[in-house]
Amino acid sequence: MKHFVSQLALASALSVAGFAAHAANTDITVAMQLEPPHLDPTSAAAGAIDSVLYSNVFEGLTRFMGDGSVVAGLAKSWDISNDGLVYTFILHDNVLFHDGSTMDAEDVQFSLNRARADDSTNAQKALFAGITNISVLDTATVVVTLDAPNGNFLFNLAWGDAIIVAPESIDGIKQAPIGTGAFKFANWVQGDKIELIRNDAYWGTPAVLENVTFKFISDPTAAFASVMAEDVDAFVGFPAPENLPQFEADPRFQVLVGSTEGETILSTNNKMPPFDNVKVREALAHAIDRRAIVDGAMFGYGTPIGTHFAPHNPAYVDLTGTSAYDPELAKKLLAEAGFADGFETTLHLPPPSYARRGGEIIAAQLAQVGIKAQITNVEWAQWLETVFRGKDFGLTIVSHTEPMDISIYANPEYYFQYENPAFQELITNLNATTDPEARTALMGDAQRMISGDYVNGYLFQLAQLSVAKAGVQGLWANAPTQATDLTAVSWAD
Amino acid sequence: MIRYTLKRFLSLCISLAVASLLIFFVIEIAPGDPASFMLGINAQPDTVAALRAELGLDVPKFERYLAWTQGMLTGDFGMSYTYRTPISQMVADRLWVSLPLALFALALSTIIALPAGIYAAARRGKTGDVAVMSATQLGVAIPNFWFAMMLVLIFAIKLRWFAGGGFAGWDKGLGAVMWSLTLPAISLALPQAAILARVMRSALLDVMNEDFMRTARAKGLTTTQTLWKHGLRNALIPVLTIIGLQFSFLLAGGIIIEQVFYLPGLGRLVFQAISARDLIVVESVVMLLVFAVIVVNFAVDLAYATVDPRLRART
Repeated sequence: MKHFVSQLALASALSVAGFAAHAANTDITVAMQLEPPHLDPTSAAAGAIDSVLYSNVFEGLTRFMGDGSVVAGLAKSWDISNDGLVYTFILHDNVLFHDGSTMDAEDVQFSLNRARADDSTNAQKALFAGITNISVLDTATVVVTLDAPNGNFLFNLAWGDAIIVAPESIDGIKQAPIGTGAFKFANWVQGDKIELIRNDAYWGTPAVLENVTFKFISDPTAAFASVMAEDVDAFVGFPAPENLPQFEADPRFQVLVGSTEGETILSTNNKMPPFDNVKVREALAHAIDRRAIVDGAMFGYGTPIGTHFAPHNPAYVDLTGTSAYDPELAKKLLAEAGFADGFETTLHLPPPSYARRGGEIIAAQLAQVGIKAQITNVEWAQWLETVFRGKDFGLTIVSHTEPMDISIYANPEYYFQYENPAFQELITNLNATTDPEARTALMGDAQRMISGDYVNGYLFQLAQLSVAKAGVQGLWANAPTQATDLTAVSWAD
Repeated sequence: MIRYTLKRFLSLCISLAVASLLIFFVIEIAPGDPASFMLGINAQPDTVAALRAELGLDVPKFERYLAWTQGMLTGDFGMSYTYRTPISQMVADRLWVSLPLALFALALSTIIALPAGIYAAARRGKTGDVAVMSATQLGVAIPNFWFAMMLVLIFAIKLRWFAGGGFAGWDKGLGAVMWSLTLPAISLALPQAAILARVMRSALLDVMNEDFMRTARAKGLTTTQTLWKHGLRNALIPVLTIIGLQFSFLLAGGIIIEQVFYLPGLGRLVFQAISARDLIVVESVVMLLVFAVIVVNFAVDLAYATVDPRLRART
């Protein structure tokens, strides 16, 4: 309510637009909501770290592009053995770290071994689990051996958690990161900003921008004010979707609406009665009006989904029909399952607005079919402890932002506790398959299986919302990974 | 006076010891683990355990408490779990924002409130008094975050005199710093000024009814002379109390204002640390604020004794 009132008040007085002095056209100030806790992408899950450093400061053997594709990074090319077990990477030569030292095969070996070590604190250690050996052939050639074929391996290496670091600079990485990217880390005023400068010794296409400042503004009202007052040149991941129409109508600004890898789902505890009954879960799916949730909670930004897969992915299957909104059918299914009078359950809501706002709407929709969901608002730390690790919940809303993460359904220990041997076998097959067409077919089967089992309530794909000054060009609209790649950003003349 | 000071000092030390115990153990009860929070939902249990060991979280609570309090005696608060930098350094950096902001706001509030309160008391029941009192009523009623947003709307977005938020940085000079703290200081100061003005007025009115005031008038002083020479000094005690309380409030209470103006101050540090379960930072900052409050109260107690010699005799 506080926000609503304040934004109304702000909105009403924005008819007068002024003009600020234009910053030098090689400088940019980019705002985002969350500040990184430290600057090591390889030892924390915080997306904010990658949002600042991915591709700008740090690079991996492969990398994501703005459209989600995976292309060569520090590796110039690679060769995969016929059995799919041995990857030979040829590195770009004359790549220098920001401290002037050379990036070579030994740094790659060090980085990957560090990520998979016993005492590793890599948040995505599982990405490296299949590696059995990493050997250095010469300064520019690395051979990675896997224990089983892995069709995702090159994709996995593109993650921010797989970036290449040097043993010499690893001790200071959390405060003063040394990478190989087109920008060098310059300064961090904690709580306020991080500054990068252009790396003139960059091995690839140099960046156009010279000075980059990342500002951290968490409050949605402050975010709005910072863009309106032109204190920042762009706001990536803009937290107040209700204000976007106003920016769209203002010629000073451009609004970028893109896709993310965030499947937002009504996670359901599959082992907790009555959700262990598939009829109940099916009823749940038909009780939810996705369009109303997207319109009400996200002001229309977001794509309804019917399974756990990103709609922009070529292998996506539209299964929204499987769980079409039909409250009468939901009531009928509940009656068949023995809950003609409905039942009570819990709904845990973490802080993001998709959950808090969406949760209110979902609770109201569930009430229509007789399910009383008791809402509990939780912080992330509490959510991780009680819901994710403790599995002490009935329903919760969360956006799974990791790319291509349908394989989480093959883990029966995962917090929503879906146990289906057929699905586990399907994922094992998928991992072992490298042929693109066969993979697409298997991914389609996987999507249909979890959709047909109504494992979770599939809500919508989270949209990536950004606002920038009209002259900024080359910003990513999409978020295939958490990144604010500024290497190709420039100002229009 | 020495006995009085010693007694106050002893009570200061006891308060600090009790506070440290309470703060540490109450905050540690909060559910959520910093290592799990850092590593997110895909982390394997062995990774979380490795990070817990790295952060020293596998040590029993009481040992951590002892290490923490011992460190504090030498000014060492330990390392932040998430930022991995020494907390004393982080707090010092943030104080360079929060302290000037609090002092700026306190100065503004005092400069506005005292003359307004004195004026209202002197013009008791007349139009001037009614006008000041209505204004303060409004000042007390308006929440400072709303007032802050109105200031941003008018002076940053519409008139473009100020930035919508952010801190200039000391490398830009004192002028730039003060400029960037002006809107936050005003939004913090005005509600405080309203309260202070009301206290000033009522304290002065109470004193004016005292016998010694009549005596002063009887020996031939004018109303104004009585007010300045005898009234004000005696009315200052409640005002000092409020100013002391307000300083602590301004230092700690900047949390919301620091969010609205995205200032890298102490409030913002606590806000971020709480959500990341960086409990050692929360405990240290809260402890520091308690320390500040207790020390300010100690100073106020001493100031009382200076203003009112009777207090020295009594204790």
